Amino acid sequence: MILDPLNVVLFGVVLLLAVGFYGLLITRNLVKIVLVLQVLVKAVVLALVLAGKHSGNLGLGQSIAATVIVADTVVAVVALALAVQVRRRAGTLDIAKISTLRG
Amino acid sequence: MSENFYYLFLCLVAAFCAYRAMISKHLLPSALYLACVSALVSVTLYMLGAYEVAVIELSVGAGLVTVLLVYALSVIGDDVYDPTSIIPKPLAILLVGVTAVIVGWMAYPLVAQPAAGGEVLLADILWKHRALDVWVQVALIFSGVMGVLGLLSEKAQKPETQNSLQDEAVAIEIEQEMHA
Repeated sequence: MILDPLNVVLFGVVLLLAVGFYGLLITRNLVKIVLVLQVLVKAVVLALVLAGKHSGNLGLGQSIAATVIVADTVVAVVALALAVQVRRRAGTLDIAKISTLRG
Repeated sequence: MSENFYYLFLCLVAAFCAYRAMISKHLLPSALYLACVSALVSVTLYMLGAYEVAVIELSVGAGLVTVLLVYALSVIGDDVYDPTSIIPKPLAILLVGVTAVIVGWMAYPLVAQPAAGGEVLLADILWKHRALDVWVQVALIFSGVMGVLGLLSEKAQKPETQNSLQDEAVAIEIEQEMHA
């Protein structure tokens, strides 16, 4: 069993991804879905830097991680704006009640 | 060995905070737990040697996103409870467990490799090799600003609508008086 810092951080990445996926599966609140997506993206940022360190090209991993952070922040802003508008118009944030699809 | 302990501690506390953020009934504690996750992840990034990304993560993840979440909650109201999940929880745990095992199995073990042509600076990569990423980031930030304007738009329009309604009412009253 190889126990060096990279593998310990890999364990942390898998743990964060697992928590994020679980949250995505059980959550029905729009704002909480945005929050869970943030957790998933933090795991991905950690994984990108880890991959950069693993391949000996930390600068490349960092540059891609920075792009992902910016994209994730914009996604959070737009999703929160949508959630606020949905709450104002529909009066709820429950995705099951908001959905008008039937079948 | 102590380095491993620090990494393990940071990762476990980050996962615990993420779990608490997910199961918390109120949204405000969830936002604060998310800020904790972001801070812990940024410390881990710093320890890995990714100093620039650690600073960005701390300022944007723990700062900007938390402020935006708290602002959105102040608009929405914090009386929102998360209803029960559609998918049964045991099934969700099973799916997540299988996914985590597959991801771990694919990635483990990681062995650090030395840089082939020496360590390249982040600024060199960002400005010389990945300049397109910088332009994409500029476009994304512009979209984010538009999103914030969307978040604020209805509040700004409300007084105008009320004023216009009042003006219309006054105009009708004046017209009625003139007819009388």
